[in-house]
Amino acid sequence: MSEAALTTRPVRRPQRTFARRATDWIANPWGKPRFLVLLTWVYVISSIAPVVIAIQFSFNDGRSLTAWQGFAGARWYWGDPVNSVWHDPALQHALFQSLKLAGLDMLIATPLGVMLALGLARWRGRAASASNFLMLFPLVTPEIVMGVSLSLAFLNVFTFIEPSTTAQVLGHVTFSLSYVVVIVRGRLFSIGRQYEEAAADLGATPWETLRLVLLPLLMPAIFSSLMIVFAISIDDFVISQWLSCGADCDTIPIRIYSATRAAPLPSINALASIMVYFTLVAIGISYLVYRFMTRGERPAGGAGKSMVGSMGAFDV
Amino acid sequence: MREHSGIYPRGLWPAFALPGVVWLILLFLVPFYAVIGVAFGGVDPIFMIPMPAWNPLEWNFDSMIQTLRGFLPGGDYWAVFIRTTVYVGLALSICLLVGYPVAYYISRHTRRTKSVLLALLVLPFWVSYLMRMLAWVNLFAPSGYVNEFLAWSHIMPDPPDWLNGNPISVILALVYGYIPYLILPLLAALDRIDKSLLEAARDLGANPFSAFLHVTLPLSMTGILGASVIIALPMFGDYYTPNIISGSPTTSMLGNQIDLYFHGGPQPSIGASLTMILALFLAVLMTYYMYSVAKATREVRDE
Repeated sequence: MSEAALTTRPVRRPQRTFARRATDWIANPWGKPRFLVLLTWVYVISSIAPVVIAIQFSFNDGRSLTAWQGFAGARWYWGDPVNSVWHDPALQHALFQSLKLAGLDMLIATPLGVMLALGLARWRGRAASASNFLMLFPLVTPEIVMGVSLSLAFLNVFTFIEPSTTAQVLGHVTFSLSYVVVIVRGRLFSIGRQYEEAAADLGATPWETLRLVLLPLLMPAIFSSLMIVFAISIDDFVISQWLSCGADCDTIPIRIYSATRAAPLPSINALASIMVYFTLVAIGISYLVYRFMTRGERPAGGAGKSMVGSMGAFDV
Repeated sequence: MREHSGIYPRGLWPAFALPGVVWLILLFLVPFYAVIGVAFGGVDPIFMIPMPAWNPLEWNFDSMIQTLRGFLPGGDYWAVFIRTTVYVGLALSICLLVGYPVAYYISRHTRRTKSVLLALLVLPFWVSYLMRMLAWVNLFAPSGYVNEFLAWSHIMPDPPDWLNGNPISVILALVYGYIPYLILPLLAALDRIDKSLLEAARDLGANPFSAFLHVTLPLSMTGILGASVIIALPMFGDYYTPNIISGSPTTSMLGNQIDLYFHGGPQPSIGASLTMILALFLAVLMTYYMYSVAKATREVRDE
């Protein structure tokens, strides 16, 4: 009895409760930028919540995409013998097609773009300015215009290339090239020329300067180009669809597109989620590698800046 | 700007640029000329396939004139054109109304929260657009969480069908899809503003609001315009968002019309003319944007 009386005695709390803080927060709209805090967090949560819910439904125990029927583990990934991503040939094929396109795109567009960036940054003259201007166009051309023009070109000009994986790869490289140029050129400007000049002064041949000085310095940019090309290629829908050869050329986005209009199963969510896992792992690795490669270069507190710099690639 | 021809052999840099430039000419410029050729070409009367006209002297302007006539009030594309402009305009305004404060808030952060917020902000970038649309469709399905919540909370006991020709869903989906592409460039622009200018404004007696109005806002104007162009261009050509979210002809946009001509009807020359008109319409925006980018690049170069 006495114990209960002790515990129920009103005690002055040293810390304000959450509810108290919330009422204070509403009562005083001045001071801290409360409206901005609220809006930012509402935005951040609402931009991510749908994706989290979609991933949740890839684990649904039923065939519904809108009503949660319990956790089914890996049923839609490989458990289900007919409809899971692993056992449905169409879904499996789409996954491999996406990875194939992104991989090839990455391997072709990055070297091509690095060379183009180096060339355009240092080559002077009228032809150079024209090429510089031309390079920027793919960044601002709406994808449908690019898709239509490429498909018409393959139908009427380069008739030896039919709509196929080859055509898709050519299209993907065309739109990712400019991203590589923008990223690499940014790095090129930030490192300047002193290192190369020093190497040349110390007797390095042009080839040695390129290979032993410039290339290692460009490595972080080359690496983030690889990652970004992979990410935008895996994300691409329009170009892949316009150059598609039918079911054999279906990528994951094309599958999702056709499934939303039919009656999709959670396996489509599983397929889309796999893509999210892939990109998240790739981003995690690239972030760590990038930090490792540029250690000692970054001013304190600038974490993430480079990420924004390369993500806001349009921004030059 | 010093010349550095000393280190590397003359002609090395043009040689480096050559493969990329050739690639862009063959797979960007030539395809664009193919659109022009098809738009001004004829159609094979037997096989119904387009016969492009490569020589400008042989151009046939019939389908272009027919298409252009469609854009006049009362024409075939008038309604679609107005609808596209209204959708893009509304979606862009909502994006700016939400995106600017968010970018502003994050750019003013100096603590560890900034990195966390940045990572969260970049996250949607790494999730495929189609995946995000699929998530959106699942949420707004008749039996989805949104409708369940609306019914349960009695805000809207009889929730509407969001996914069948509902223009509100299409506009909101466009906002949801494109807003990350607006926030990041905007954030980069706001980040670049020199903080000491704001301090100077405060020292000279400006209150926070007028400091924002007279310093931050004007300095971020280029960023606002650039970011708006970046998302407006793809929105004008978007056909998959309205198709996924609504699928109804009552909400179709210009992109859907182009898609229809190529994937549905045997009228590639009209489709090509539509593409050309869309491209020319957007060229104004593009030219402005390219001009400002080129200017910014030149400033970086000359530093």
